Amino acid sequence: MMKNENLIQYIYGIADNALILGQRLSELCGHGPSLETDIAITNMALDLLGQTRSYYQYVAQLSGEGKTEDDIAFLRTERQYKNVLLVEQPNRHFGYVITRQFLFDMFHLLLLQNLQNSKDEMLAAIAKKGIKEVSYHQRFSLDWMKRLGDGTPESHNKVQEAVNDLWKFTDELFHMTEDDRIAFEAGVGVDVASFKTLYLQKVSDILTEATLTVPEIKWFQKGGKQGIHSEHMGYLLADLQYMQRAYPDMKW
Amino acid sequence: MTIDLDQHIDPSLISVLEKVHDPEIPVLSIMDMGVVRYAQKVDDVVQVKITPTYSGCPAMDVMGDDIIKAFENENIKAEVSLVLTPAWTTDWITPKGRKALEDYGIAAPLAEHADKEALLGNKKIVKCTNCGSHNTKLVSQFGSTACKALFQCQDCLEPFDYFKCLK
Repeated sequence: MMKNENLIQYIYGIADNALILGQRLSELCGHGPSLETDIAITNMALDLLGQTRSYYQYVAQLSGEGKTEDDIAFLRTERQYKNVLLVEQPNRHFGYVITRQFLFDMFHLLLLQNLQNSKDEMLAAIAKKGIKEVSYHQRFSLDWMKRLGDGTPESHNKVQEAVNDLWKFTDELFHMTEDDRIAFEAGVGVDVASFKTLYLQKVSDILTEATLTVPEIKWFQKGGKQGIHSEHMGYLLADLQYMQRAYPDMKW
Repeated sequence: MTIDLDQHIDPSLISVLEKVHDPEIPVLSIMDMGVVRYAQKVDDVVQVKITPTYSGCPAMDVMGDDIIKAFENENIKAEVSLVLTPAWTTDWITPKGRKALEDYGIAAPLAEHADKEALLGNKKIVKCTNCGSHNTKLVSQFGSTACKALFQCQDCLEPFDYFKCLK
């Protein structure tokens, strides 16, 4: 039997990715390069925030003490967020947004497909629901990767630079934290390391199809899963938490 | 939030539930949408459980409030909660609901395989809700809401929403 505190930390490791990427994508609301992409990106943000709510409501229920989903989203400090570094990277340009999305979606779908077999009924239910949504996200980002990679010289170069820049964050997706290991051994969590090879194979195939080069680097950056974030995270949280910090306990 | 696998609806409550509509697609009642999973009277309070179409669907909160109001109008107290399993699928939209969608200008979801063909642009099978032509093309995988994709008819040029298959 897993301790509640370990389970909560395990859920943060999954849920915080959805929250932070959802926040990043929602920054583009009204700023997408075309109406259709703007709507698509904000719809994906909404799906991710919806998934976040399901996870956080569950955490609130597990932790008791009258905690709510809002406390969890808005009142933690930077080090208490366990999202991977990839999702907090800023929206430099559309190709960058798509590349970040693609690298995450490919992982996210594999994660949820494994998580749906969790012994924890609630996590399994959230994963099953999420799979339906993330399949669409992946279809969108994958389609755009091919279009940009195999597009004009400018789109090709921009998206190749994005791949080169973001590649160093991909290895962290497959690190097992102590809480991940405890959750996996209890039959609740997923062994992310087990599908790393599959992920790399799938991603490489698509990059190649998009006429892009798969980076060959030896050094990867990590830390998000331990709460050690990049310099972008503080700005993101300032935006996300502003209202609750300025007007504590305010409600819509 | 709880988990419940079966649909349990007291038939005497259906007439009230049918008065509640999806705020984003006002022609569809929540019964036609298939989002009501449970409705039973327990000690004079009607307990209703609904399942979200999409995790982040903002219509769910409104539907919950509307259900409580609809029962209030009948002088009945109601409470609403969310269930996640089994996850909602477009298969639960009733034939009446599909007809209402089409009349409203939203193409109803195709079966899973056909839906993939349509969304990948392999086959022209989504029917224009304006002129009935199948000569239509996908404009965007996401339409005005997460549950819809945007299509355009290449005969009458009318843009229209297609309700994506969710299974």
